[in-house]
Amino acid sequence: MLEPELKLLYRINAQSWKDINVDVNHKVESRLKLKFLELELKLLHCLLTFTKQNVIEFDPLHINPNFSISVTVSNHMMEVCNCIEPQWPADELLMKYQYISDFFIAVAYFSIPLELIYFVKKSAVFPYRWVLVQFGAFIVLCGATHLINLWTFTTHSRTVALVMTTAKVLTAVVSCATALMLVHIIPDLLSVKTRELFLKNKAAELDREMGLIRTQEETGRHVRMLTHEIRSTLDRHTILKTTLVELGRTLALEECALWMPTRTGLELQLSYTLRQQHPVEYTVPIQLPVINQVFGTSRAVKISPNSPVARLRPVSGKYLLGEVVAVRVPLLHLSNFQINDWPELSTKRYALMVLMLPSDSARQWHVHELELVEVVADQVAVALSHAAILEESMRARDLLMEQNVALDIARREAETAIRARNDFLAVMNHEMRTPMHAIIALSSLLQETELTPEQRLMVETVLKSSSLLATLMNDVLDLSRLEDGSLQLELGTFNLHTLFREVLNLIKPIAVVKKLPITLNLAPDLPEFVVGDEKRLMQIILNIVGNAVKFSKQGSISVTALVTKSDNRAPPDFFVVPTGSHFYLRVKVKDLGAGINPQDIPKLFTKFAQTQSLATRSSGGSGLGLAISKRFVNLMEGNIWIESEGVGKGCTAIFDVKLAISNESKQSGIPKVPANPQHVNFAGLKVLVMDENGVSRMVTKGLLVHLGCEVTTVSSNEECLRVVSHEHRVVFMDVCTPGVENYQIALRIHEKFTKRHQRPLLVALTGNTDKSTKEKCMSFGLDGVLLKPVSLDNMRNVLSDLLEHRVLYEAM
Amino acid sequence: LMTAKSLASKETVNGRCWFYSDDDDGISVYLNRELHAMNTVVAQLQTQFQDYLVSLYQQGFLDNQFTELRKLQDEGTPDFVAEVVSLFFDDCSKLINSMSRSLERPENVDFKQVDSGVHQLKGSSSSVGARRVKNVCISFKECCDVQNREGCLRCLQQVDYEYKMLKTKLQDLFNLEKQIVQAGGAIPQHFPSYTILRPDIRPCLDA
Repeated sequence: MLEPELKLLYRINAQSWKDINVDVNHKVESRLKLKFLELELKLLHCLLTFTKQNVIEFDPLHINPNFSISVTVSNHMMEVCNCIEPQWPADELLMKYQYISDFFIAVAYFSIPLELIYFVKKSAVFPYRWVLVQFGAFIVLCGATHLINLWTFTTHSRTVALVMTTAKVLTAVVSCATALMLVHIIPDLLSVKTRELFLKNKAAELDREMGLIRTQEETGRHVRMLTHEIRSTLDRHTILKTTLVELGRTLALEECALWMPTRTGLELQLSYTLRQQHPVEYTVPIQLPVINQVFGTSRAVKISPNSPVARLRPVSGKYLLGEVVAVRVPLLHLSNFQINDWPELSTKRYALMVLMLPSDSARQWHVHELELVEVVADQVAVALSHAAILEESMRARDLLMEQNVALDIARREAETAIRARNDFLAVMNHEMRTPMHAIIALSSLLQETELTPEQRLMVETVLKSSSLLATLMNDVLDLSRLEDGSLQLELGTFNLHTLFREVLNLIKPIAVVKKLPITLNLAPDLPEFVVGDEKRLMQIILNIVGNAVKFSKQGSISVTALVTKSDNRAPPDFFVVPTGSHFYLRVKVKDLGAGINPQDIPKLFTKFAQTQSLATRSSGGSGLGLAISKRFVNLMEGNIWIESEGVGKGCTAIFDVKLAISNESKQSGIPKVPANPQHVNFAGLKVLVMDENGVSRMVTKGLLVHLGCEVTTVSSNEECLRVVSHEHRVVFMDVCTPGVENYQIALRIHEKFTKRHQRPLLVALTGNTDKSTKEKCMSFGLDGVLLKPVSLDNMRNVLSDLLEHRVLYEAM
Repeated sequence: LMTAKSLASKETVNGRCWFYSDDDDGISVYLNRELHAMNTVVAQLQTQFQDYLVSLYQQGFLDNQFTELRKLQDEGTPDFVAEVVSLFFDDCSKLINSMSRSLERPENVDFKQVDSGVHQLKGSSSSVGARRVKNVCISFKECCDVQNREGCLRCLQQVDYEYKMLKTKLQDLFNLEKQIVQAGGAIPQHFPSYTILRPDIRPCLDA
């Protein structure tokens, strides 16, 4: 627009804000008018530039005829400017730089909070969020301020100015707040730093301690492993060897040795070493001071490497010997091992364990290592004692096993022997008896036939001998069974009186022939029915009485049986006490025969022994009889003995046996009349039985007779009426036959006997059990009803009830 | 050896053989022999008797009443059972005869008479303990009540058979009893066996 040659410079001096007058006093032509327009625009432009935020009001293109331009500018300072320049002025360059810097500052300011946020989000913990927010706000606002500044380089509207102001204000507020906050925060942050330092130190310390503990734990583990190794075996040699090996490994020892006391106890002998395979068998005396020192305490003691116990190898002078430690290992004997006084061992025997650190290693014995050694030593002691106990027990067990084996063999031999004997006896029992009995039986039969006297003699001898042989066999068998203990009494109820009588019946013929009167005296209080072994008792009595008869040539024999009381004379070693329902039966067999020498009496009861005296010939018996009797008597808890005043003065055999009194008065086949008494005695009771049936009549009669009654029988009603009298106490009438006539008889009897006490009791015998029969009987005046067939006990009970109560209606 | 003086002589006392001699040994011989013999014979017979008796019970010929009857036999009445039983059998035969006469003619049967006969028989058999006979009588009575002639005839036949059978059996039993008494033993009253002497000398002739 401007023509280059028209350079007009106007300097505007403003004295006041109000008016700026530009006077141009040139009269110009239209071309000038244009120029003035240009000028005007430039001026305006200038004004705008320098006032920046002004709004200029001007009169647009009002050309004063005087060519004066009046521009009105309100309220702003104006600067002098060289505004009309065709290019940027030098000031503009500065502005450009400012512009750019402002931009970058803004960018930086905006990026800082972003970074902060990013990194804080990444970190887990940040205690000062609020501060961060504040700081972020402050930075953001500063950035915003700088950013908004960019717009103010050129002319800008009022809005921009307003925004700028707001931003600046906010920034100021926030920054002041942040500054105030930092006053509090910074000391904290500084203290955090100190705490961090402290924690770091602590961590370092803990690390060190951890290291220590770990080493200790390692050591402990080693000890446990060692102990486990040591205790896992019960072999003494293995224990000690393992100890040395493990110790050597754990503590990284050069050498480890064990000195054991010798049998004499005066020296220590090197028994085990770690490295040397074949230790040289040398000894040191036990009384060395260093050894005493070690033995005196239970702790591990450091000793000099030059002491005799530590010098295990030939020393080559170059080495600097490692430290040596020695510890005592108590050797517990079985008897020492008392748990109660474990700490104070009452043992005097110790072994010595010597441990050497590697030479030239400058290693030292640490406390925990010493402790380890002591613990190991204790464990070894315990393990050794266990091994010793085990050895003992193994030895004892072996011994027992040997004994068991021997006993077993002996037992089997005994069993074999017993079996052999039993087999023999069984064989003897059967095989020998069969021919025996054949001989006896046939010889007997032979005797019955016609024989010449010589033949008879021979047969008799055969019979006699074979009988004796049979007796011998039986006696021997009995005895063996008795001795075995396999014989048991067969208890049963029997009649004692009958037993004696039978024995006497058996013996009497012989006694009669020998003219020996036998008498039997049974005490009146001797129970009749007893429980015992009848057969064996008979055997005993038979034996003794038989002996009495055998050995008597003249005189008499008396058999007495009584119940013995405790004050009777008895051998001093036997005390008789009757207990409960038991009693002692005493049997005395007195004879006036040969008699026995008192000196021989003890021998009598021994088997196979016989008295040999001039007066008596050998009886030829087996001599077992008394022995067997004695055994039986003993089985019956009794005693047997013989009294004799001498040869030729006879003797008395006495025995006691225990028997039980029988509760039931069981009648052994031959009951006596009258029957056992009830509380009512039926003896002689007169009764009348009326029954049409002959058989029933007979049965009822038999029943009543058995009970001791005097029975009259009639077979019809008429006969009954005729016969009945006041003597009859009871009338039994059969009412089985159908018809009412039977009951009529009752009425007729009632009529006959008006007085009650004279009338006999009336009992009906019927086959029916129903109530109607009973009622009928009652209605006809009968005193009782019985169901046919009546049992003995039933009849007995009924009669006794009837006679007691005079009425009976329960016998159905 | 024995001399001629001490020859044994034989005597029979109470049905038993007695041996005696001057020699003391004879006593042992005698005793043993006697014991042996008694044991053998008596025991055998007693066992036989008891087994037979038990079998009669088991086969149902006899019942409890027979046991009661045996209880009534004692020293004073040694043949009580035999007498009762024989009376019973006589009764049986008489009654059976009369009943068979009554049932003979089919058109003219006197059931009342038959009934009374059956009643009598039942009473007798239950008194004696003849179980089988009694049972037949019960069914006989039923037939009589319904006046069944055929049934009555059948029952009559059965009764006849049963009583004759029982008669034979009891005869054998009484024979055994007699044998026991003759051998000097006692009749077993109770079912457990009753022996008195050395049981270990058992008869072994037949092993």
